[in-house]
Amino acid sequence: MKIVVLVKHVPDAAGDRSFAADLTSDRAAVDGRLSELDEYAVEQALQVVEKAGEGEITFLTMGPASAGEALRKALSMGGDAAVHVVDDALHGSDALATSKVLAAALGKLEWDLVVCGMASTDGTMSVVPAMLSERLGVAGLTLASSLTVDGTSVTIRRDGDDASTTVTASLPLLVSVTDQTGEARYPSFKGIMAAKKKPVTTYTLADLGIEPAQVGLLAAWSAVESATKRPPRQAGVIVTDEGDGGVKLADFLSAGKFI
Amino acid sequence: MTEVLVVVDHVDGVVRKTTTELLTIARRLGEPSAVFFGAGIEAAQEALAKYGAVKVYVVDAPELDGFLVTPKAEALVAIAEKTSPAAILVTSSAEGKEIAARVAVKLDSGIITDAVDVDASGVATQSVFAASYVVTAKVTHGTPILTVKPNAATPEEAPAAAAVENVAVTFSAAATAAKITEVAPRQKSGRPELTEAAIVVSGGRGVGGAEGFGVIEALADSLGAAVGASRAATDAGWYPHAFQVGQTGKTVSPTLYVANGISGAIQHRAGMQTSKTIVAVNKDSEAPIFELADFGVVGDLFAVVPQLTTEVTKRKG
Ligand SMILES: Cc1cc2nc3c(=O)[nH]c(=O)nc-3n(C[C@H](O)[C@H](O)[C@H](O)COP(=O)(O)OP(=O)(O)OC[C@H]3O[C@@H](n4cnc5c(N)ncnc54)[C@H](O)[C@@H]3O)c2cc1C
Ligand SMILES: Nc1ncnc2c1ncn2[C@@H]1O[C@H](COP(=O)(O)O)[C@@H](O)[C@H]1O
Repeated sequence: MKIVVLVKHVPDAAGDRSFAADLTSDRAAVDGRLSELDEYAVEQALQVVEKAGEGEITFLTMGPASAGEALRKALSMGGDAAVHVVDDALHGSDALATSKVLAAALGKLEWDLVVCGMASTDGTMSVVPAMLSERLGVAGLTLASSLTVDGTSVTIRRDGDDASTTVTASLPLLVSVTDQTGEARYPSFKGIMAAKKKPVTTYTLADLGIEPAQVGLLAAWSAVESATKRPPRQAGVIVTDEGDGGVKLADFLSAGKFI
Repeated sequence: MTEVLVVVDHVDGVVRKTTTELLTIARRLGEPSAVFFGAGIEAAQEALAKYGAVKVYVVDAPELDGFLVTPKAEALVAIAEKTSPAAILVTSSAEGKEIAARVAVKLDSGIITDAVDVDASGVATQSVFAASYVVTAKVTHGTPILTVKPNAATPEEAPAAAAVENVAVTFSAAATAAKITEVAPRQKSGRPELTEAAIVVSGGRGVGGAEGFGVIEALADSLGAAVGASRAATDAGWYPHAFQVGQTGKTVSPTLYVANGISGAIQHRAGMQTSKTIVAVNKDSEAPIFELADFGVVGDLFAVVPQLTTEVTKRKG
C-alpha cells in the first residue's frame, strides 16, 4: 500500500503569532514547527503500515523553504520519502489554491491512501481535506477519531455532537484524522539519523503545470481587510481560599447578577 | 432582491438556534431562502417562517443520510446553480464546514470559515490565532460561502412565507462513495447546549477523575449552566469528548465561564477567551488561567466549588 501524508509547517501556537504587513500570517515572527495536528496523521499512517506489514509512506508539504523542517520531523518519525512544493508565487495562497496545488502534486505521485490532519493549527479552517477529496474525485473520510484498513476497505469512526458514526469506503481515498486517534510517537535518535538520508524531492509550480497567476495572494478568492490584536484582558481580583473562597466567589457572581 | 441561501441545521425538523441566527444575518445580505435536507420540514416550517425564510428548498433523499456529507454538497450546488444566490451561509460545525469546502470547489468560489459576525456588505469578522486577533475578510470571487459560528447574531423575528419548493437532485457516483454503516446516538445530558449556553462550568485535570465531575455538574446545575472540560479531562476519559472546550473542541463565548482545575493552556484559551466574564478556581496561584480571570480563587476546588454551589442554591432559593 502506498500512503501520502499531508503535513504543514506552521508558526508555533505557543509563540506570539502575528500578521505581516500584507496581512498574511507572519512566519518570521515565531518559530515554525510541524503542525501538532498533522503529527496524528503521521502516526496513523505509520500504524497502518505497521499493521499491514508492508507499505510505503511519502510526506507532502506545500510551503516556503523553511517548511522542509516539517518534512524532516515527519521523516524522523518514520516513512520513506518526502515531496516539497516550493515556489515564491505561492505566498499568500488561500485554501482553494493550496488544495489545487496539493492535488496537482498528488497527481504526480502513486498512492492508495492520502492522510491529512483535521485542521492546520494556524489557519484552523479544516477545509483542505474536503477540497482535496473533491479535486481528486475520491471519497473523503473526514475527521476520523479512529481508523482501520482492511484490505481495500477503510472504516472510520466519526464522533459528532449528536451521534458517533461509522463510515466505510474503498481505496483509493482520503482520510483526515483528529487528535482523538491517539498520541503521536516521538522520533527516536535512530529515526532522526535515518531521516537525514531519506530523499526529499522538490516541485515548483512549473513542474506541476500551474500558472503563477492561479495561486498566491492576488489569486486568493477571499481577502483579509484588517487584523487587529485583541486588547489583553484586564487583570482581575485573585483571592486565596481561607475557608470562604466559595462564598467570595458567590459574592462576585451576585454582584455581576449571575445569581 | 437576490436570494441568500441558508443551510438549515436541524434534528428531525427541530431547527437549531444557529439557523435562526443565520437567517437573521442573511437578511442583511438579501432575501433568505432556507435549504432543508432530509425529513421533518412540516415541523421546521413554522420556525423558518418566523425568522424570515421567504422560500424553503427541500431536498429529501435517502442518499443524504446514508452517505457522508457529499450528497448535501451536491444538493446545495444544484440549488445554488438554479438561484445564483448573493451568498451561502452554513453553520460552522464539522459537517457545515465540509459542505462549504466542497461547494467552494464545485462553484469555484471564495470561502470564509468561522465568522463571528457578517455585515451588510458581506465583510466577515473572525477571531484567529487562539482568539488573540480579530480579522475582517471578504470573499472577492464567485458566490461568497460563509460558515458562521454559533452566537454570531441575536435571532430576530421577521415573519415570511417560507414557501416550500421540493427539489429533486441526481447524485453523482462520487456522492455515494463514503457509506454510513452505523449511527450511535449520544445520550442527552438535559443541560443547555455547550456552544449556546449563557454560563459554562468547566473542569480540567484538577478534577482528578470521572467521579470528580459530580462536583462540576452540581455547580453547573445550580447555575443552569452547561458543563465543559479541558482536553486533559476528556483524553483521560473522565468526560465525553463532545464537551471539550478549546482548539480541537468547542469554541464557547458565554457571559460567564467558570474554569475549575484548568491551567489555561493556549489551546484551551483558544476556545474560551472571548467569554464576557471569566472566573477560575485553581490551587496553583501561578496558573496562566488567572491572567484571564476577572475573579480567581487560589484553592482546592473540592473545597471551593461545593461551597459555591451551596451559596448559589441558597441565594437563588
Ligand atoms: C494540537 C493540540 C490541540 C489541543 N486542543 C485542546 C483543546 O481543544 N482543549 C484543551 O483544553 N486542551 C487542548 N490541548 C491541550 C492543552 O495544551 C493542555 O494540555 C490542556 O488544556 C491541559 O488541561 P488542564 O488545564 O485540565 O490540565 P493541566 O494543564 O494539567 O492543569 C491542571 C490544573 O489543575 C490544577 N489543580 C490540580 N488539582 C487541583 C485541585 N484539587 N483544585 C484546584 N486546582 C487543581 C493545577 O494547579 C493545574 O493548573 C491541545 C493540545 C494540542 C497540542
Ligand atoms: N500547505 C500545506 N501543505 C501540506 N498539507 C496541508 C497544507 N495545508 C493544509 N494541509 C493539510 O490539510 C489539513 C487541514 O488544513 P486546513 O484546511 O488548512 O485547516 C492539514 O492538517 C494538512 O494535513
